[in-house]
Formats: sequence, C-alpha cells, structure tokens
Amino acid sequence: MPRITVNVDGTTYTDEVQPRTLLVQYLREQLGKVGTVVGCDTSNCGACTVHMDGHSVKSCSVLAVQADGHEITTIEGLARDGQLHPMQQSFHDNHALQCGFCTPGMIMQALDLLAENPEPDEQQVREGLEGNLCRCTGYQNIVRAVRDASERMRPGAGPPMEHSEPTSPPRTATEQDRAQVTGGQHS
Amino acid sequence: MTAIPTTPGTEPELGRARKRKEDARLITGSTRWTDNMALPGMLHLAVLRSPIAHARIASIDADEARRMSGVQAVLTGRDLADEQGSLPCAWPITEDMKSPQAPPMAVDEVHFAGEVVAVVAARSAAEARDALDAIDVDYEDLPVVLDMESALADDSPLVHSDLGTNRNATWTFDSAEAGTGGDVEQALADAEVRVERTFRQQRLIPAFMEPRSVVVDPTGEQFTMWSATQVPHILRTMLAMTLGVPEQKIRVIAPDVGGGFGGKLQVTPEEVITFLLARRLGRPVKWTESRSETMVSAHHGRDQVQKLALSARRDGTVTGLKVELLADMGAYLRLVSPGVPILGALMFNSIYKFPAYHFTCTNVFTNKTPTDAYRGAGRPEATFAIERMMDELAAELDMDPLELRRKNWIGRDEFPFTTIAGLTYDSGDYEAATDRALELFGYRQLREEQARRREQGDTVQLGIGVSTFTEMCGLAPSRVLGSLSYGAGGWEHAQIRVLPTGKVEVVTGVSPHGQGHVTAWSQIVAERLGVPFDDVEVLHGDTQSSPRGLDTYGSRSLAVGGVAAVHAADKVIEKAKTIAAHLLECSEDDLEFSGGRFGVRGTDQGTGLADVALAAFAAHDLPEGIEPNLDAEASFDPENFSFPHGTHLCATEVDTETGAVRIRSYVCVDDVGTVVNPLIVEGQVHGGLAQGIAQALYEEAVHDEDGTLTTATFADYLVPSAADLPEFTTDRTETRATSNPLGVKGVGEAGTIASTPAVVNAVVDALRPLGVDDVEMPCSPQRVWRAITGTRTSSDTAAEAGGGLGSMDTGGGFAAGSQGGSR
Repeated sequence: MPRITVNVDGTTYTDEVQPRTLLVQYLREQLGKVGTVVGCDTSNCGACTVHMDGHSVKSCSVLAVQADGHEITTIEGLARDGQLHPMQQSFHDNHALQCGFCTPGMIMQALDLLAENPEPDEQQVREGLEGNLCRCTGYQNIVRAVRDASERMRPGAGPPMEHSEPTSPPRTATEQDRAQVTGGQHS
Repeated sequence: MTAIPTTPGTEPELGRARKRKEDARLITGSTRWTDNMALPGMLHLAVLRSPIAHARIASIDADEARRMSGVQAVLTGRDLADEQGSLPCAWPITEDMKSPQAPPMAVDEVHFAGEVVAVVAARSAAEARDALDAIDVDYEDLPVVLDMESALADDSPLVHSDLGTNRNATWTFDSAEAGTGGDVEQALADAEVRVERTFRQQRLIPAFMEPRSVVVDPTGEQFTMWSATQVPHILRTMLAMTLGVPEQKIRVIAPDVGGGFGGKLQVTPEEVITFLLARRLGRPVKWTESRSETMVSAHHGRDQVQKLALSARRDGTVTGLKVELLADMGAYLRLVSPGVPILGALMFNSIYKFPAYHFTCTNVFTNKTPTDAYRGAGRPEATFAIERMMDELAAELDMDPLELRRKNWIGRDEFPFTTIAGLTYDSGDYEAATDRALELFGYRQLREEQARRREQGDTVQLGIGVSTFTEMCGLAPSRVLGSLSYGAGGWEHAQIRVLPTGKVEVVTGVSPHGQGHVTAWSQIVAERLGVPFDDVEVLHGDTQSSPRGLDTYGSRSLAVGGVAAVHAADKVIEKAKTIAAHLLECSEDDLEFSGGRFGVRGTDQGTGLADVALAAFAAHDLPEGIEPNLDAEASFDPENFSFPHGTHLCATEVDTETGAVRIRSYVCVDDVGTVVNPLIVEGQVHGGLAQGIAQALYEEAVHDEDGTLTTATFADYLVPSAADLPEFTTDRTETRATSNPLGVKGVGEAGTIASTPAVVNAVVDALRPLGVDDVEMPCSPQRVWRAITGTRTSSDTAAEAGGGLGSMDTGGGFAAGSQGGSR
C-alpha cells in the first residue's frame, strides 16, 4: 500500500493507505477526524469540504494519496486555543445552522469564498456556495453569516490557518452590540 | 397556576433571541453523528438492494462473497425469515385496510427497486461493500405496477398477489353524514359557479443531509442502538413488538441527528437488520448508507392525484368542496404511510367557511419506494389544492384573489370556530396577517406593474401568487388520534430535576434533530423557575435518560413537549414552596415566587430555589411527607390541535419564451402564536419556505417505465442551492393559542405548507392571459414552456414528459386549458 505523509490541522501523520481510499475516508476512518462528514456520493453536497494547501476541496473527490505532502485543514482545525474563528462565530451569531450537518463544509467553503472575494455581495455569496447543500436553513442566514464574517475579517481577508497569527479573542456581548468589525487580525 | 416569575431589570427569557447552545459543537466539528461511532470489534454492514421493481427471487449465490477478505457473514432474507418479523405500520386507517407483509429483507419476492435482498457484515466498510459485488441474485421479472389509476383497474397486475387488490384502503369524511354541514352533491348541483381541477402532488424525497446510520452494540446487558432517527422512543417500542425482544432489553439513542423532515420518522428495514446481525454475531455492527441508497430506499413523500370540485355563488361565496384523492403508498406500508393523506383530510376547507364538504381518499399500492411522512405530511397537499382552487375561482369570477379569500375566511371575531371538518380553531387573525403581508409586499404596486407589462406584452411576465393558509399542529390530542385509529397517543413528557447546587436538568421526550430544542427548553424552564439560562441542561434522545416520550414530528415539540416542561416546572415550584414555607416558618400562602426566589409577603425575608434544593438534598429538616428532592415530572396531552396560520405572497418573473421562473420577491407573515425564540422561529420559516418552494419549482422523484428511480442522486434530484433561492421577507403576527399555557402553536411545517401554492399560483398568474390555468409541479422551464405553447397552439391535453407519476399517467398530464372552469 502507498505510504503518505499529510499534515492535518497542524499534526503530521504518516500512514499506509489503499490507493482507492478517499481523503474523507482517510480523515474519518484512519485519523478519527469525524468533524468532516459525508453527505452524498456524487460530490454534489459539499458537506465534506476541507482545505488543501489553503484552497477548498471536496474531500470525497480527492484520493488520500493525492494529499501526500500537502496540508489539510478541517473544521476541527479552525478554532485556536479555544477561540472560535470569526467565520464560526458568525455562523453562531446569525443562526446559520440548524441540524449542523452541512456546517463544516459550508464554513470551509465560505472561507475559500472570502479568500477569493473578501467583500462579496449577496448574490456572490450565493453563487460561491452553490456547491454546498443545506436542507434546513433556506440559506438566508448562511448568506448573512458569510457577509458578517467578511466584515469581521477585514482588513485583509483569507483563511486564517494560512497565517501564523492567532485569531482574535471572542467578543463580549457588549462588544458585539457595539462593533461590527473585529476579528480582522488575519492579514 | 403559579405566576410567571420575572427578574426585574433582565430581559424575559420567553421571546428572547437567544443564540443556540447547540451550535458550539456543531460549528467546531465536535459532533456525534451516528456514523462517527466506532466500537471495539465493530463490524460494518453493507446492503445489497434489488435493482428491479418487481421480481421473484429465484436464487441467491453468496458463496464467493462469504470467502472474501474480512467478511464475517453474508445473510439473505431466507436466513432471517424466522426472526425478522414484519415492519410495523402504526396507523390502520380503516378496519378493512389491506396490509401486506413487510419483511425487513425480501425473502421470496421484491416489490420495489431498492428493497434489501442481502447483507454483508465485514471488518471494514470497504470490504463489506466489495463483497456485495460477488453476490449473484437471480431475479424472475414480474409485471410492474406504477400508475395509481390503472393499478385500481380490475385487470391490473398486483403488487402483492396475496392481497388480491392494489387498493390499500378508502377513507371518507362527509359533512352531511358527520352532521357538521350540508350535502356537497347538492351544493355542486345548485352551484352558480363550479370549478373542477385535478392536481398532481409529485413524489418527493425528504433529503435530510445526514444519511441514515445505525450502530447496534449487543455486548452489554441491554442491546444499545444508536440511530439517526427522529423517534428513538417509538423505535424502541416498535423493535420490541416487531422482534419479540423484551422492551427493557433495548436502549435506543438518537445522538446528533442531521435533519429529518419526517424522513427519519420511521422504523427502517436497516435498523431491524442491523439489530439482528449484531445479535447473531455478538459484536457491534454499524450500517451507514450512501446517498444513493437514501434516495431509493428511505421513504418518499407526497405523491397524490387530487381531484377537486368547488361550488360557489357568483358573488364569490363558496358553497361546497368535494375532494377525491389517490395516494400512492408505494410497495409497503411503513410506520404511518396510510395515515399521511388523512392528516390532510380535515384541512382542505382551510380557513374558509364551506357549508358542505366531502373528502375521500383511496390509498394505492405500486412497485415504488414506500411513501410516508415528509414535512407537513398531508397538510401541504391540502393547502396546495385549496389555495390553487381559490385562485382558480377568483380567475373564474374575475375577482382579486385576496378579496375572494376575505369574503370566505373566518373573521377574527368568529373564534373559536368549528369547521365543516369538525375541528375547532381556537384562535386566529387572518386579517392582521394579510394586511401586514400586503404592506410588506407592495401588493398594489405589483398589480399595477403586472397590468402594465401585460399590456405591453413583455416576454417576461410578472405573476403574483397568494396563499392564506392554516394547518393543524401540535400532534396530537390522544383521543383524536384514537378516533382516527392511530396506534398510539399524542401526549408528551418532561421531567425537571433541581440539583443540590441549584442547577437544573430538564428531561424531555421530544427528540430534536436541528430544531434547537435545547436552547428553547432552557429558555422556557429558566423563565419559569427564575434560574439562569446557562444553568439549565436539557437531556433528550436516549430512552435511558429520557424514558418517556413520543418524539419529534408534526410541529408538536413545543406545543406538546414544551408545555409538558412548563407543567413539570410548576410542580417543582409547588413542591419547593412547601419546603420554603417550612424553612421560613411561615404559611405557604404568605409566599410569593418571583425571579427564582420565595419571598414572604410584606417582609424582606425569603429564600432562593437553590437553597431550597440544597435543603431538600440534605433532608435534615423537611416537612412531613416531603421526599428529599426537588424533582417533578409531567405528561401533557393537549385538548386540541394548534392552528398556526399566515399569509404568503410570491412574485415571480416568468419568461414566456424559455419557461424560466425566477422568484422576485417572497413575503410571508406567519402567526405561530407566542414565540419563545424569534431567531429559531425565523430559521424554521426560512427552511420551510425552501422546501415548499423546492416542491413548486425543482424537486421530483421520477421513475422510469420499469420502476427504476432515475433521480437517485443529488445530481438528478434538485435540492435547491443558495443560488436557486431568493431572499425571504418574513414577519409575524401573534395570536395566542388558547389550548396551552404558553400560547404557542408550532412552526416546523408552516413555511413548507404555505409556500408551494403561493409559488405555483404566481406562475399561473403570470401566464393566465396566455390561457394557462395550471402548470404541473415542479414548474420546470420545460413544463412552463409546454403549458404556454400548449395553450397557444391547441387546447388539447398534452402528455407530460417530465416523468414520475405524471409520465405514467395514460390519461395524459394536466396540460393547460383542458379542464378549467366548467360549470
């Protein structure tokens, strides 16, 4: 079996994998990274979205061997020192999830979207998330959350895991009421 | 009843937009989906499914599969025939209902494509899946029954030959017979205006995002089953009854569950099979389905042909409504399959004062995936039909569709109102919701724009659709369920435990799968007991920790389960009051409870709930006959359904050259009674709208002429994406339900029920000047274009090629112009 070395959420793993093993299967079954989930078998739903070297990929459409030598970030690697990433905080604050099954993929894709377009309008958010299905929310609050996160992450957007600075501390309720823009220490 | 306590200076918990407690784990990936489970020695199950809709199983050769690496067992239906029982149907709607045997795994014959024929248990999921390819099944084809109308013909082949018919049951309600109103045939005969239509409720797939998964661990004193289910309590009882396993030996846990929408309101073949395999092999077994398996084997929803006749006077007053349904059960009866259309039986009259009503529904077997509950279950079908009919009547009379509705609906001063179907609507204010919706929508301006564009002959036409709906929620008063022959009650249970430190545990019998019950129940109990929101822990979804309950469906959780929690809290306060009076050496009558504190009237003396809890725990000095705890439990059986209502308005842009439909604006004003958490309510409405709009425009489960589901992936079954849906404008009016102390009505299904007719009415409204009076769902560009071109070139009925049930219909589809407005 092929041997691969992959960095996942900051930890390096060396493993033997079957050539046919999908990245998502490797994450879930061999590494126990069950925060990333599988929602379909045709790469339509996007629930399994992770980042490979800072770009979103559907981990059901990447072989584990293709991840050899690459850096993978999953939903489990976003929060730092117990502090939520601004995108996670925005999903919470805007009630952008109900059952939460699509949420990991949705958040990872939303980060990729902001990396490409730090200030998307509503339509651009909708189009940027087209490959991620949600059955609970009707998307309205997800769109709100992503736009809210784009505010919080200014100046200089981009997935923070590609940066060395820690994420900002969570804001107190008072700060949340007062300030629209915080958490922008990622440039 | 104890007064609702409030702490001065703090925002009341009820009505507060609390962010959800549930989110913390879900946004960080610290989740407990069933498929995340891994137990020592666990085997993985893979399921072989019939690719054929109807066939005799001549032979199954699994020898090669049994020899493959890692394979522990390969079993067929024959192997399990003596122990697998028959899957339960809890709703025998009539005494003479025909009910086929429903083995979890097919033994001699398969009746739909997707039915289980063999299973493999292996060391890994991949090895189990590999072994499926080595199993050789020899099928002998049998004739396939797909269309409901022809299935009822005397010479039709049979889905189940031993039943002697494809008719499951016929269920009737008649207002003259029931004594609730007049004779509908007379009303139709006397009609000044008569509208007759046939609508098709296409087959839908619930499409929860988390595929179903089951883990069974047989290694403890009890069998423990984790399942992605909405109904752990029902599942436990049904497993015991189906398999003859003592109920106390089964524990069912619904861990994090990724959506349900009725689709996980089921006792599935795979749950039973996984249980049996684990028992047989003595090791934990896990089954997780692929999405393609979900699509063919998890139950589907809707699938009705609705024939309606409505009579009215020329001034618009409705005089009678006759409804004749055919409902497709698919190949088997699942948990509540036959009852789903009956949930709509009493709702076709909706908010209108029909003096005569007749409903009849014939359930039909076909060689398709079984149908069962899907968000709204029976009520979306009813609401769609009546709201389409009201728009058709308005067109017939050249009246504004809202004016027509106003003329016929129950006025705000007429509540409580007993309907022609025999239900008593406790409260409502259709005027208020409608007025607010009109204002938000800009109804008059849009009508003016529509008139301009019609005059100019724009290629893209504006349509305005109306839906003024109600639904019966809060399932359900047990006595009503009994009168409808349902196999269980509709009560709900809650327990509250005040811990020695003053923190609170709330045990609820409802089983959330995305609704946010933990947050909402925390608010309810925090407010009632005057304790901090964060001090309340909500336990649910495990038959061991929450032993009594009837789970979550039918917009029942808050209106029944939430109210049970209120009653339990009130019992806690009563009990604590006795102890507090004892401690304070005063009379109970001198105490008032407010903000979590018992105070002696007219003094500054008092004691907090936490102190009382500690005193109860210590038990050093308790009044006579008081047990040493502050726990209480309550069951609540509602006396009536709740009746949320609302007005939904949709504006569509319909391209008359391409058939493309775009929703330009969508406004809804819902009245769901008192609101516990507006954030959660708004989210439920959004999601409901998305699913209702999806039925109107996108989704359809299509079978080909062999009975193969051709929309068996998310590439073919069009669950809308963010780019397919508009921004919604939502608002609320608030008329309290009088049937429960919270005044709540339920919100889980409202958006889905109301939105489908609003959208289709808007599509038809855009095209009405072109002679179109119906477009079959989903209103795909092709169907819209056909409706337009059909009316332009000919008034003949054109066969619909969109597929599904309509494509099977030898009588042709419901193309425009063919059956409208006869009198």
